[in-house]
Amino acid sequence: MQALTNRAKLVNRKPMTVVEKLYLWNIMKGMAITFRHIFMRKPTVRYPEQKRSFSAVFRGLHVLNRDEEGRERCTACGLCAVACPAEAITMEAAERLPVEENLYREEKYAAKYEINMLRCIFCGLCEEACPKDAIYLSQTFAPANYSRKGFIYNKEDLLIPHPVNDPEAFEKALGERKVQKV
Amino acid sequence: MLLAIDWWILLEKAILILAVVTVSLVIAMYATWAERKVAAVMQDRIGPNRAGPFGLFQPLADGVKLFMKEEIIPNTSSKFLFVMGPALAMITALMTSAVIPWGPTINLFGREISLQIADINIGILYVFGVVSLGVYGIMIGGWASNNKFSLLAAIRGASQMISYELAMGLALIALLMMTGSLRLSVIVTQQSEGLFNWNVMYQPLGFLIFFICALAECNRTPFDLPEAENELNFGYHQEYSSMKLGFYLFAEYINMFISGIIMSTLFFGGYDIPFVNEVAWGAHWWVGMIGFFVLMTKAVLFVLLFMWIRWTIPRFRYDQLMNLGWKGLIPLSLINMVLTAVAILLFKK
Repeated sequence: MQALTNRAKLVNRKPMTVVEKLYLWNIMKGMAITFRHIFMRKPTVRYPEQKRSFSAVFRGLHVLNRDEEGRERCTACGLCAVACPAEAITMEAAERLPVEENLYREEKYAAKYEINMLRCIFCGLCEEACPKDAIYLSQTFAPANYSRKGFIYNKEDLLIPHPVNDPEAFEKALGERKVQKV
Repeated sequence: MLLAIDWWILLEKAILILAVVTVSLVIAMYATWAERKVAAVMQDRIGPNRAGPFGLFQPLADGVKLFMKEEIIPNTSSKFLFVMGPALAMITALMTSAVIPWGPTINLFGREISLQIADINIGILYVFGVVSLGVYGIMIGGWASNNKFSLLAAIRGASQMISYELAMGLALIALLMMTGSLRLSVIVTQQSEGLFNWNVMYQPLGFLIFFICALAECNRTPFDLPEAENELNFGYHQEYSSMKLGFYLFAEYINMFISGIIMSTLFFGGYDIPFVNEVAWGAHWWVGMIGFFVLMTKAVLFVLLFMWIRWTIPRFRYDQLMNLGWKGLIPLSLINMVLTAVAILLFKK
């Protein structure tokens, strides 16, 4: 039969020599290998002192975006809640009062916006569904918590810092994203 | 009315016993740490490093965990035997340390204090007797567990220990033919003249046989079928929890440490520093200390060697183990004995 590759090696079926039967020499060869491994560099990442960086498309914690003047982008349209396969997002809409024009972009805004991190599967469908570029998934790893209640993040936890009042934090939270939609 | 004996000896011996037991227990504790670290660096990872610097408080954490766990005594035939198993293992492990010379005789407070708890004239024979008693610890533990797997493992363990004790004794006979005395202090002083007087130079084959048998007596890989962590479900200490398990594991590490000490005493000169004539320094207390540390270094090197072998070689199958013991090591040690006898007669040593 034709061999598929040319890497086939003939198996050595010779009976063991006296030295091999004694096995001591083989044991010492093995011990030399383990001894060499003591001095090799260990590939362990010493978390939390060292951390590995995530890729640019890593899907971590959600962030509710603002525009350049600091107005919240989210209009509580509900497309993210519909798109979410785990039904983790809930929201309540409210109408913008004339006093609050610098807080919200459009007339409708989200008075209550909650994401249940225990249900969320971090798929990113909410980010793809949003027409206002209001929600995106950042590179922060979702932290642990002692109770179930601590995993329900409301709007204040998710909002990005104000770009006018707090520019450095805003830039840091934005990361490498560029604003695309209006 | 007090007897006319030297009462200070009681205090000396009490302090010595306390020191020896403490040292053995502390070293066994840190042997667990060393085992995990050595295993880790040989397997391209770092061992425990969270509990204190370099993970040095890890054994304390393990000890606390073992104390806090629930004590389960299964529905066995005899609760007394169940509790006695680990106790016996621990007792025999510690008892062997009584006859070892930990250092040269020192002069302290105007008295000659020998750093050996009991200098009996059948030193090595006593060690062998106690090691044979260690088999009982395993057998009782396996039997009282009321569990077929533990019983199987205990039976294997007992047969393994008995087979390898024979070869060990035979290897020692050749050594004793050369030293002429069973006393451990005499054996050590005979090797004190220098590196080339150490018994390993005269008895290399004997040392090899003794080393392999010591591995088998301590139930260390490649002879760890009684413990068989992934075959016989943990073996004879499967049903134990909390401090009884702790005692079994500790007894194993103490056995390892004491085997290392005995091998250094018998073959590697004991507390003798190579290339240095410390007899000329006199009998000060710090000479005793230095001798003690030299003995500890040799024993620690042996313990590290045991660990190195453990993480290199796979386990023996039971019939391979028995073959090696009866058909391999016993004829070899008999040949060794004959060769030594011939050499002694020829050279009249």
